[in-house]
Amino acid sequence: MARTTLKRVHGYLAEFDSVQDVYHASEHIRDAKYRRWDVHSPFPIHGLNDAMGVERSKLPFFVFFGGLTGITIAFLLQYITQVMIYPTVVQAKPTNIFTTPAFFPVMFELTILFSAFTTVFGCFAMMGLPRWNHPLFTSKQFKKFSDDGFYICIEARDPKFHQVETKAMLEKIGGKNIELVEDEL
Amino acid sequence: MSDTATATSPPDQPRILDREPLVSNNRSYNWITERVCGIVENRQPALWWWLFVPSVLLAGVTVFCFVYLISTGVGVWGQKQPVAWAWDITNFVFWIGIGHAGTLISAILFLTRQKWRTAVNRAAEAMTIFAVVCAGLFPAFHVGRVWMVWFLAPVPNANAIWQNFKSPLLWDVFAVSTYFTVSLMFWYIGLIPDLATLRDRCKNGLRKTLYGLFSLGWRGGNRQWNHYEMAYLLLAALSTPLVLSVHSVVSFDFATSVVPGWHTTIFPPYFVAGAIFGGFAMVLTLMIPVRAIYGLHDLITAKHIDNMAKIILLTGTIVGYGYCMEFFMAFYSGNAYEGQVFLMRTMHGPSVWYFYCMFIFNVIFPQLFWFKWCRKNLIVVMVVCMFVNAGMWYERYVIIVTTLERHFMPGSWRTYDATWVDNWTFIGTFGLFMTLFLLFLRFLPVIAIGEVKAILPQADPHANDHHEKGVHELEIEAGKVKVA
Repeated sequence: MARTTLKRVHGYLAEFDSVQDVYHASEHIRDAKYRRWDVHSPFPIHGLNDAMGVERSKLPFFVFFGGLTGITIAFLLQYITQVMIYPTVVQAKPTNIFTTPAFFPVMFELTILFSAFTTVFGCFAMMGLPRWNHPLFTSKQFKKFSDDGFYICIEARDPKFHQVETKAMLEKIGGKNIELVEDEL
Repeated sequence: MSDTATATSPPDQPRILDREPLVSNNRSYNWITERVCGIVENRQPALWWWLFVPSVLLAGVTVFCFVYLISTGVGVWGQKQPVAWAWDITNFVFWIGIGHAGTLISAILFLTRQKWRTAVNRAAEAMTIFAVVCAGLFPAFHVGRVWMVWFLAPVPNANAIWQNFKSPLLWDVFAVSTYFTVSLMFWYIGLIPDLATLRDRCKNGLRKTLYGLFSLGWRGGNRQWNHYEMAYLLLAALSTPLVLSVHSVVSFDFATSVVPGWHTTIFPPYFVAGAIFGGFAMVLTLMIPVRAIYGLHDLITAKHIDNMAKIILLTGTIVGYGYCMEFFMAFYSGNAYEGQVFLMRTMHGPSVWYFYCMFIFNVIFPQLFWFKWCRKNLIVVMVVCMFVNAGMWYERYVIIVTTLERHFMPGSWRTYDATWVDNWTFIGTFGLFMTLFLLFLRFLPVIAIGEVKAILPQADPHANDHHEKGVHELEIEAGKVKVA
């Protein structure tokens, strides 16, 4: 018995020739009020966030709290061990709340360390990575995105997505090799 | 009038006051991908093997020396009282300093929008990581019983005694380990898009699986780039104070002591400048041959080398100022012990020639970079960089060993002699460093592909519509310059 493969439409993928084309196309799609779409390019395109209507990343907000955690942990680690549990008196130097300046270097380093960890893992979480597979990888032409291809993908889950109209719009704004990307279920 | 002639030249000519292009010969996106990925995908030139095999053997020498050290005892090193810190800490400070140029290029030049950094930042960051690996070995092994090195970690020992957090030596542990971790993450984040490029180019198989695994499923979507660029910016902003703090903390190991010759407030900035200085020399030492071997002349242009030579000139002069200021403070403070240290260093101590090597290599040689033809001549640049690399090692030796050789009590004065174990452990770390660097060349993109593409003129979305105008064009508009 022949097996049938079920497929699900991921969206339309259209190629554009240059940064300028993809930039202006993005302005058009933004104005057409699409929401579930993205521009895929080999490098970050300057100013594309405005053209796409994408907000600035919220990452710094989380990193601030990461840093705050780091500085708190460093202070507690040092204060609890050096003042409360085991005050190490070296060369008659006391350890108490007034010797906190001696703890600054470690507090500084751990602030940086925790902020950096928050940056990296926060960034992965916000980018939705790591991800082993993605429907777009089924497209043969999509490989070019990491070389010199500029693509726009409008996803089928976008409320404005329409099998005919979306394709027509992509053609109108200069999209080439328009492909309906389907993913095996 | 020649200016006006340029002003009215056709649009494909460079405009007035345009900068030199960062990528020469108008290369396309695809050319950059092909050239950089080609290094990884093609067979390595014979020279790669000629360098790799001796490097691995040299790295083995370091392993042998450490095994010998552990099995015999720290006495195989030449250090005894009063020179308790000798080549081990010299090498540690030397290697950690090498690393700093990588972070400087990737973080500080990123924050200051120096776009030329993109051609060299990947290799420089790799160099940072490998240099810190080499650096870390020395403090780990100089404790003698290396299996007790966990005493450095902030956990209480068997007697419930905690580390002394007021000690710069412990600050150093935190600074260096944080530096290593953050540098590694910074490097990896930068690699992700380029790993995706490699993934998309190779056929199915182990390579594809591994590049696919490490590129984390990168799709280059702008919603991803948005977070990615913010993360890169944040890491740069975090690394900038970090890199300045690391060598400052390393200098605290000395500066917070009471030893004359060490106890100076100029140490933190002077160490940081020296680190950047030595690091840039190492970047050039590595990148000039890499550029020649792999034909990267269009990506790493004469302008890049010129800029780095200028940074060497600047930091070398700062280092020279540091040397002179140490002398001035020794004289001006009227402290007899401090003065004596510097007299011993320069006039009648046992290691006078180390001082003169240091001064000539680090202060005199880089002054050649005032001349443009010296910055343009790669042989001159390589020679100066080699001298600077050596000079920075001498600097650390002068600070550490020559100071300790003539300590407080003349009765305990002793001249330090390095043993063969000292020599070969250090020489072997160059093998380790080169092994790691050559493996990096073999398996990872040596140039940040995505970042270089982003600085091409055609990558500017406004390239054709409303570009900024040159000064002369504005003057023509204002009627100050007449166009013939």
